[in-house]
Amino acid sequence: MSEDKYVPESKLAQWFDSRLPLLTLSHHLRGYPTPKNLNYWWTFGGILTFFLIVQIVTGIILAMHYVAHVDLAFNSIEHIMRNVNYGWLIRYVHANGSSMFFLAVYIHIFRGLYYGSHKPPREMIWITGLIIYLLMMATAFMGYTLPWGQMSFWAATVVSNLFGAIPLIGENITAWLWGGYSLDNPTLNRFYSLHYLFPFLIFALVILHIWALHVPGNNNPIGIDVKKNSKETMSFHPYMVMKDLLAMLVFILIFFGFVFYAPNFLGHPDNYIPANPLVTPEHIVPEWYLLPFYAILRAIPSKLGGVIFMFASIFILILLPWLDSSKVRSAAFRPLYKKFYWVLVAMVILLGYLGAKPPEGIYVILARIATTYYFIHFLIILPVLGRYEKTDPLPTSIFDPVLDEPNIVDKFKKTAGEYEGEKVDTFK
Amino acid sequence: MSNEIKSKRRDFLFTATYTIGAVGVGAAIWPLVDQMNPDSSVKALSTTEVDVSSVEPGKTITVLWRGKPIFIRRRTKSEIDEAAAVNLKDLKDPEKDSDRAKNPEWLVMVGVCTHLGCVPLGDRGDYKAWFCPCHGSHYDTSGRIRKGPAPTNLEIPKYEFVDNKTIKIG
Ligand code: HEM
Ligand code: FES
Repeated sequence: MSEDKYVPESKLAQWFDSRLPLLTLSHHLRGYPTPKNLNYWWTFGGILTFFLIVQIVTGIILAMHYVAHVDLAFNSIEHIMRNVNYGWLIRYVHANGSSMFFLAVYIHIFRGLYYGSHKPPREMIWITGLIIYLLMMATAFMGYTLPWGQMSFWAATVVSNLFGAIPLIGENITAWLWGGYSLDNPTLNRFYSLHYLFPFLIFALVILHIWALHVPGNNNPIGIDVKKNSKETMSFHPYMVMKDLLAMLVFILIFFGFVFYAPNFLGHPDNYIPANPLVTPEHIVPEWYLLPFYAILRAIPSKLGGVIFMFASIFILILLPWLDSSKVRSAAFRPLYKKFYWVLVAMVILLGYLGAKPPEGIYVILARIATTYYFIHFLIILPVLGRYEKTDPLPTSIFDPVLDEPNIVDKFKKTAGEYEGEKVDTFK
Repeated sequence: MSNEIKSKRRDFLFTATYTIGAVGVGAAIWPLVDQMNPDSSVKALSTTEVDVSSVEPGKTITVLWRGKPIFIRRRTKSEIDEAAAVNLKDLKDPEKDSDRAKNPEWLVMVGVCTHLGCVPLGDRGDYKAWFCPCHGSHYDTSGRIRKGPAPTNLEIPKYEFVDNKTIKIG
């Protein structure tokens, strides 16, 4: 938060700002001090914001042509694809946009894990982020149901049946979710209503997320506290804005590579067959971004157990700031954590791969091993490391020489040199 | 009146107000929640009659009842014997075949996997009966769960033979 009092120049602006301090807010956002050593992994927050807006805009347009009824939904999608002007483009942007949104959020989350961004004093940033992530999954799941194709129908059937695993009241809950005894028109209608609502909830949470970020300020690749408004920081605008925009452009290029050249690569061909409640496709799979959780669900040989472990794999992340008790944030100074981090990344990717494979033989065994490791990582390895790991000495400033990482030293000397002597454009 | 008595009376009034308020809010929220439960038109679709005269032994027909598939299988002699011979101790959800099929020739079941609701495929799996491709549940010739994540046997709906060739489900 800016410590100084901002006063706009013109009388009119002063009149306005003293009644509704939007100008003060904008001044704060532009001048917000960011550490100079932020790397490109820090640009994904901006990329996420961009994709949230893309999804909202394309979604509202699709809603102008889509019909939420079991007899008409599938055809209204075909109508959008064939007849509506640029309908194909808007739909492909919305569908592939959700994949890109998840790709970005996974990079964003793993960035946090690597650099210890979940640790004090940033726990609330982490937790609001996880709530956003949960809402994103719910939104994407309900959106995938709307085309009412075979995959829509069966993925939604399987996921809503997860709640049937709850003892005693499970069946009442599924009937309540469906508004019937199976997935049907009432279900499609309510999913549509909520799919429209949730992105706006996400939007509100993003505001809280960024608010919580602006209290302590950004973490950074070295993970030590920086002095705000010192030579260690520079103002968000224009420096970080330019960096964010460059990264965003590259990401958008990849995105449109999918949209124009492989728009169905991440989708599933069975979803171009209208939903049929009598026949389950031979091989049903959720969207790629849910595959690791799907693999955990199937790894446990009991219905209730599978569901519990699947939800636990997400909720355990909320406790992470307390499980990972090491005082050192960045993995750069945690030689052991760094290794375990990459094992975890490999295990999550393996789970994703296994989630797409049939649940038999070696695939099940591997899924059990990876699931076990996932929980061991958070429940045992992290608390133990926090106590016993011998961490490398921390520098006192982000410009200080770092003893056994010579290239980092050079890099920071260079960065420091670039800004040395130049008046850093933070607010006075 | 002493201050102490006054504050006790206040506490009581506050508590009473909160309580009435909570009941009122609860009463207001309930319709908002209950509207999502199955409505009267959904509940009304309760029975279906099926003509089974053309089903050969060893064949299954699938009909839709309350939005769910119902398997009606005319079982062969060997299938019936196999189902009857199973030792109940080997079953995850022990149930006698004779309790599941009143008329052993006809097996009527809800064709929804008790795991997460996929429709199992016929004549497949370890028991040459039903196999659910979604997460690998194997059912035997009586529709009982034998292997895989499903917790219970395929459900038997309420049904009766109206005459020799018609089954009424529901
Ligand atoms: C719609 C989804 C999201 C949006 C739009 C969003 C946006 C942002 C933005 C703009 C920043 C600041 C820039 C940056 O550090 O990249 C940020 C920081 C952060 N986000 Fe998110 N975020 C989202 C989801 C999440 C999720 C799901 C998590 C974690 C579970 C998360 C965890 C964090 C953390 C820990 C920070 C602080 C990073 C730091 O300064 O080191 N975010 N987010
Ligand atoms: S739904 Fe049949 S095994 Fe999971």
